[in-house]
Amino acid sequence: MLNYEKRDGTVYVRLDGELDHRRAGEIRAELDGLIADPSVKRLVFDLNGLEFMDSSGIGMMIGRYKLMKNRGGSVAVMPGGRRVERIMELSGLYEIIEKMA
Amino acid sequence: MKTVNEMRLDFRSRPENEALARMVISAFMMPVNPTLEQLGDVKTAVSEAVTNAIVHGYRDRKGLVRMRAWLQEDGELLIEVCDKGCGIENVAQARQPFFTTMEGSERSGMGFTVMESFMDSVDVVSQVDNGTIVRMRKRLTPALCLMRDA
Ligand SMILES: Nc1ncnc2c1ncn2[C@@H]1O[C@H](COP(=O)(O)OP(=O)(O)OP(=O)(O)O)[C@@H](O)[C@H]1O
Ligand SMILES: [Mg+2]
Repeated sequence: MLNYEKRDGTVYVRLDGELDHRRAGEIRAELDGLIADPSVKRLVFDLNGLEFMDSSGIGMMIGRYKLMKNRGGSVAVMPGGRRVERIMELSGLYEIIEKMA
Repeated sequence: MKTVNEMRLDFRSRPENEALARMVISAFMMPVNPTLEQLGDVKTAVSEAVTNAIVHGYRDRKGLVRMRAWLQEDGELLIEVCDKGCGIENVAQARQPFFTTMEGSERSGMGFTVMESFMDSVDVVSQVDNGTIVRMRKRLTPALCLMRDA
C-alpha cells in the first residue's frame, strides 16, 4: 500500500517503514500504474518517514527517474533522516535527481 | 580473540527473509548495547549481503542463505552471509561502485560500496557455480555483562 497524493500533475509519494528489495518491488508495481497516466508530469519522493533503506531504494528511484525523464517529466526528492541520506549521498543520486529543501 | 557469543540462521532465498535477517542480527547485537548508529550500519550491511545472495546468488531460485555471527570479547562483531548460488566471476570488479550485472532490474551497483562504508572490513570469497561468502567486521563497544563465559 502506497501513501500518495496526486495534485496538479504531480504525484507525491510518502515512503515509510523499511525500503528494501522486497518493498522496492511492491512500490515499483504500484507507482508505475500511477505514473502511467500521461497527465502526471512530476514525481516527488518524500523520504522523511523512512526508517530504513538499502541500495534497493536507490535502484527503485533511478528506475522511476528514467521513466519520467523519457517522457519529459521530472523527479524530485524530499530528504529523509541521516542514515537514509548517507546512502543517497554515497550513490550520487542527487547529482541527477533534484533535492528539495 | 575469545568468542563470547555466536549464532547461525539458515533461511530460504525469499525476499521476506531480508527483514528476518535484519531483525535477527539486531537482536544478536542488543546485549552489548550498540548505538543506534552501529545498529543501523550493521542492519544495512546485512540487508545488502542477504539481498545479493537472493537476487544474484540464487537469481530468485530456491536455495538456502546462511547468516552466522560471532561476538568477541573485545567487542568485535563478525558476520558471514553465505549462499551456494552462482558465485562471482570477478570479485574485484563486482566490488566497484556502480558495477552491476543486473542493469535491467534496476539495481544500482552500490551494495558492496554500502557494506564497505558501513562496516570496518568486508571480505568476499566466491567461486563460480559454488557460491559466495561475505565476511564483515565491525567494532562495537565491549559489554562487561557478556564477558563472563556462559
Ligand atoms: N552473492 C552473490 N552471488 C553472485 N553474484 C553476486 C553476489 N553478490 C554480488 N554479486 C555480483 O556483484 C555485483 C555487484 O553487487 P552490488 O551489491 O554491489 O550491486 P548490485 O546488487 O548489482 O546492485 P544494488 O546492490 O545497488 O542493488 C552484482 O551485480 C552481482 O553480479
Ligand atoms: Mg546488491
